[in-house]
Amino acid sequence: MGQTLFEKIWAEHVVADLGGGANLLHVDRHYLHELCVSRGFPTMHERGLAVRNPDLTFAAPDHVISTAPGRTGGAFPWSIKVMDMLRIETRKAGIRLFDIGEDGQGILHVIGPELGLTLPGTMVVCGDSHTCTNGALGALAFGIGISEVVHILATQTIVQRKPKTMRATFEGAPARGVYSKDLILALIGKIGAAGGAGYAIEYAGSAVRALELEARMTLCNLSIELGAKIGMVAPDDKTYAYVKGRRFAPSGAQFDAAVEHWKTLPTDPDAKFDREVSLDASGLAPQITWGTSPEDVIGVDGSIPQPGHVSKTEALAYMGLTAGAKIEGTKVDRVFIGSCTNSRVSDLRVAADIARGRKVAKHVEAWVVPGSVGVKREAEAAGLHEVFLAAGFQWREPGCSMCVGVNEEWAAPKARCVSTSNRNFVGRQGPEVRTHLASPAMAAAAAIAGEIADVRKMMR
Amino acid sequence: MEKFTQLNAVAAYYPRANVDTDLIIRVERCAKVEKGGLGAYAFEMARFLPDGTDNPAFPLNHEPFRRAKILVGGINFGCGSSREMAVWAIAGLGIRCLIAPSYGEIFFGNCFQNGLLPIVLAQPVVEKLGAALAADPAHATLTVDLARQKVVTPAGEEIGFEIEPLRKRALLEGLDEIGLTQLREAEIAEFQRKDRAKRPWVYV
Ligand code: SF4
Repeated sequence: MGQTLFEKIWAEHVVADLGGGANLLHVDRHYLHELCVSRGFPTMHERGLAVRNPDLTFAAPDHVISTAPGRTGGAFPWSIKVMDMLRIETRKAGIRLFDIGEDGQGILHVIGPELGLTLPGTMVVCGDSHTCTNGALGALAFGIGISEVVHILATQTIVQRKPKTMRATFEGAPARGVYSKDLILALIGKIGAAGGAGYAIEYAGSAVRALELEARMTLCNLSIELGAKIGMVAPDDKTYAYVKGRRFAPSGAQFDAAVEHWKTLPTDPDAKFDREVSLDASGLAPQITWGTSPEDVIGVDGSIPQPGHVSKTEALAYMGLTAGAKIEGTKVDRVFIGSCTNSRVSDLRVAADIARGRKVAKHVEAWVVPGSVGVKREAEAAGLHEVFLAAGFQWREPGCSMCVGVNEEWAAPKARCVSTSNRNFVGRQGPEVRTHLASPAMAAAAAIAGEIADVRKMMR
Repeated sequence: MEKFTQLNAVAAYYPRANVDTDLIIRVERCAKVEKGGLGAYAFEMARFLPDGTDNPAFPLNHEPFRRAKILVGGINFGCGSSREMAVWAIAGLGIRCLIAPSYGEIFFGNCFQNGLLPIVLAQPVVEKLGAALAADPAHATLTVDLARQKVVTPAGEEIGFEIEPLRKRALLEGLDEIGLTQLREAEIAEFQRKDRAKRPWVYV
């Protein structure tokens, strides 16, 4: 019987079979953000451990740094301390750091692919659950905890149990105004926030093949919101074209040799998955969440459902919404366009197309936070920042920002925020903040309309 | 790592589904608070009211559940981020064992790294068990016997659970994963030597 993409990459990384279903796997790429360093390195020192492969470890600050225009680093005393640790520890260990103001700095899951560090067939890990984003290139990528960060720093390996496999097939052409963010939110709505737990997911089907690489990253990014650590898309000609010429990607004859190898990775036609799910992409409306789990999602033209569970009654109360009401027209206070889900140039282009020649509603504060220095530069070269600034958006520096607010870039209590990020959890964007997840187009539309709006009515 | 063998302790029931790691510990606490101090902030958004006083709706704010060492939860417990501080915060409350129908995967792995036992039981079993604990606080005590893989209810009923052998051994003996892997250094070096020839582009 044939093998899946996931199984092939897994097998290629087994260093040892530890018995009882556990494997010791080789890690090709380990990405570190400042909180992994500040939490992981004290343990390294306590235990007298050295970094085994600094050459395969890459660091950048993204979580605690300010994204205010003109920022120089950490915005608060404690974040300055964390930044100092990041710089000192990476220098001592010989780990490459993409520091603030340097080419390459940005959200780790944005810069991994952008710099050509994440390659098809590689095992990529990071102390951050959205590492699954990197799976868009046909890499096996997942988030880990701090104990595992230390384990990898010390041994360049990780102990893992092989998950089951699931194929999520999207067929059909999405309507105008419907993006990969909508496809994946709809799937989470369909199978639930725990629907992918225990599985490595491969996204397949004509609608996925049609997506560009950045849109595939958005798709894979939300795998963890399905409960799956791993989400991936088989590499194809679009992938190879995307990788070619990037800073750390192989070049010349080595690139050709790599492509030959990568072409052996896609799932064999006779391979079997433990579970198959499918979704018709052609019938979808732009999606938006109404509750405090990404599974609480509806089409923007839909009504807020009746709660079927006590958690959902609580969610409605937290969100200040009424069951049965239309979601369109709900007044918003904040809009955030950014995060490892939707902060790449293609996302910003889509949002700028909605914003062009229009104004952000007077009562709305709207931010655009590019995912990396590279994204920012490219967007500025295309004049996107001017479109946003003219419309009244803030144009900020790269980082995680309002996705999680660890740098205290929060909205006010009870503020309603349409956000292109990935989590609408209670308090995620600040205490009592009400988050609605949506695509960059929908977020831009909400900023202009001052309320949750159907972007299809605003497209030109 | 602290060993886990047998535990006889008060068990609390928090039936909420999809308890995410942001709810367990706010991210700015993860950055600012030392490891040992995280328990004070565990579940803070559910545990305290905005004025800082105890929220009566949170089960662990009542006796005897303040002393709980076992927490029975809902589906997808610990979903969301990879922050291991969520486990540290729960451990900081004195909890050493979780019982739920399912867990966030990264959280589940992080539990084992910290000597916390996450038990999976079928949803109806968890709900029945939780309801019994909540209904009779005076007898809300469970025994968890890892060696025999049994949860013993207040009524004396024994419920079996599954655990992967390697993880069971590591908990029972308090084994350290890094130390064990370092014994395999020769295998790791050999893997890299062969891999470098096969996939040179990986080694930048
Ligand atoms: S953008 Fe948000 S989800 Fe992504 S890495 Fe940063 S904090 Fe995590």
